[in-house]
Amino acid sequence: MVRNSSTASEILAVRPSRRGFLIGGGAVGLAGLLAACGLGGGGEQGAAGSGKGDIRALFMKQAGYSEENINEMVSAFQKATPEIKVSADFVSYEALHDKIVAAAPAGTYDVVLIDVIWPAEFGSKNVVADVTNRWPASWEQQMLGGAVATPQYDGKFYGVPWILDTKYLFYNSAHLQKAGVDAAQLDTWDGVLDAARALKSGGVVEYPLIWSWQQAEALICDYAQLLGAFGGSFLDDSGQPAFQQEGGVQALEFMRQTIVDGLSNPTSTQSLEEDVRRVFSSGQASLALNWTYMYGLANDPAESQVPGDVQVLQTPSGPSGRPGVNGSMALAVAAGSQNQDAAWKFVEYVTSQQVQEKYALSSLPVWESSYDDPAVVKTNPAVVPQAKKQLGDLILRPQVESYNAMSQALQAEIQLALLGDKTPQQALDDAASKASSLLES
Amino acid sequence: MAGSGGGKGEGRFALLLLLPAAVVVFGVVLYPVVRTFVVSLYDITSPMPGSYPFVGLDNYVKVFQDSAFYTVLGHTMYFTLVSTFLELTLGIAVALLLNAPLKARWLWRSIVVLPWALPTIVNGALWRWIYNGQYGALNGLLDTVGISDTPVQWLGTPFLALNMVIVADVWKNTSIVVFFILAGLQTIPDDLYEAARIDGASAWRGFWRITMPLLAPAIAVVLILRTIEAFKVFDIIYVMTGGGPASGTQTVAFYTYLQAFSNQLFGYGAALAYLIVLAVFALAMAYLRLLRQGQMAGVE
Repeated sequence: MVRNSSTASEILAVRPSRRGFLIGGGAVGLAGLLAACGLGGGGEQGAAGSGKGDIRALFMKQAGYSEENINEMVSAFQKATPEIKVSADFVSYEALHDKIVAAAPAGTYDVVLIDVIWPAEFGSKNVVADVTNRWPASWEQQMLGGAVATPQYDGKFYGVPWILDTKYLFYNSAHLQKAGVDAAQLDTWDGVLDAARALKSGGVVEYPLIWSWQQAEALICDYAQLLGAFGGSFLDDSGQPAFQQEGGVQALEFMRQTIVDGLSNPTSTQSLEEDVRRVFSSGQASLALNWTYMYGLANDPAESQVPGDVQVLQTPSGPSGRPGVNGSMALAVAAGSQNQDAAWKFVEYVTSQQVQEKYALSSLPVWESSYDDPAVVKTNPAVVPQAKKQLGDLILRPQVESYNAMSQALQAEIQLALLGDKTPQQALDDAASKASSLLES
Repeated sequence: MAGSGGGKGEGRFALLLLLPAAVVVFGVVLYPVVRTFVVSLYDITSPMPGSYPFVGLDNYVKVFQDSAFYTVLGHTMYFTLVSTFLELTLGIAVALLLNAPLKARWLWRSIVVLPWALPTIVNGALWRWIYNGQYGALNGLLDTVGISDTPVQWLGTPFLALNMVIVADVWKNTSIVVFFILAGLQTIPDDLYEAARIDGASAWRGFWRITMPLLAPAIAVVLILRTIEAFKVFDIIYVMTGGGPASGTQTVAFYTYLQAFSNQLFGYGAALAYLIVLAVFALAMAYLRLLRQGQMAGVE
């Protein structure tokens, strides 16, 4: 996200001296960071520590719990556990992965927030600690299935689920009313297309749909949700790419067609979730997929021009159902942490049912029983009922070590199809052949 | 300092004064250069300590077999050539203007430095907003002045996006060119122009025969600076397009970053980074040679 891209400058911040620039240029900056990583020597193995002292945690400032929420949690923990001192850092989602990687060898962080697509990579590369032995058996029953799967890879736990999220369908009820569209129609993707056509022909908005289809992970999240609706899957049972087959191709054809028909805003291919929120909140779109957090902000008069008109539904169903993309995140203990016991205590505290319920407006709890608690339902009465239906039906993106590289290949090819430079079939075939070679190596 | 014939103590003091610079040069420049080379010889796939296989020059071989590398190299060359050319042409023009006896010249000069004073990250975020196809200022402007009311997706197609990123880069970096050239212009004595005028030379001829040759050293320096900076462009792309659409704005530095940090291929990333260093080194050498020749020409 643009909001906090300063990390990029931090990453390449080494300013060469004048002579340095002549012999090496600022590439040295990158080289310097590369040099700091890997090849032994640089890092130390983690240690359990005394369970006391200072710990440092890395969070994101974006969807989910706000910076303010997290700072409150930290001070509440501090009050209850004065022997552990926590300092929290925040970066944007787009910078989170690379910050974790760059900080890993120095053991800078004790606790890091990880996305559902990273446990395979971080677990097998020893960036985060295996906490299977610390996991109480009861949690697996008490947490929702999608949450339990989030920090899991190869039968091991690499963290504790904390943000449980998927993409919901948001609509502008005033727009629908103007176009004479019944919200019940939004139950299927076909119905969504009909609604979009009515909104367009009725002149309510020029482009009824807005998506986060920038060349980024956000694109894969939208694609995953459609892939599931059309009955496709990322990988087959033998672990080979399968998205270039029927359902996967249909999902991409669907996406491309909405652009050709002028139903999707052409800025979609340059938009992240925050851009979607902005366009939707300014009343320039009527329908959008986004994470839970958009509900609160799009209905907030300070942030939105359409407060009160924003409604939320479960993701529409396609020919093969309506799975949501598992967009959850977990808190992990860094493998290089010298104070892993203290780090674990902090993780246990902030992921506890009591703390999660308190902040349910920002992010829904991972604990199953919370969804029947009237106090929790009251915090977010519009989203909780939809979440209750949706969170039992989530699909994971591939849990493979080389996920990032595979995702990048898929993002680029999907964009070529969206821009009309390749047919959906051709683009996905090309992505599949790249993915196969990545999965082999 | 040494010329003043100082004693032994003074020599030591001189060494002491040089120490911080030496630490910086060795620590920040030489150590990473050597270390990166070592890393590039291993197949390192995690930031954590461990034993990784030594692969010799395999990573370099892989770079040259990687079709994506040639694509991003093409983007980088295009970016470098076009942005440097535009920055230089515009920079010289603006500097000539600011060198003229204008009213409130100090004010114009401070305005010109503003874009350069802006951090690249902020500049990138700014232009991302300006170019936005939905609510961007550029489409708004085109609509208001009546040129076009159909919004253009400035960052929507790969080649257009690359050009628009170049425009944003040119907007920011022309400033520094202006300053170098302005400094160069002020060293040219007015009597040369006067003499030319007396001999009946036109202003145009004066520009090509007096201004340009005497500006050569300043132009060469700024050309080196800008080419090298453009060749390793990263942050403006990270902010404005994230390398998209369809990888159309990925440059060598951005690709290196992706491989090293997103994909944790540190050995491969180090090989890529090393190749950037070598390319930049070659560019610097070529320019330094040009600069020397330029100075000779200037003397003649």
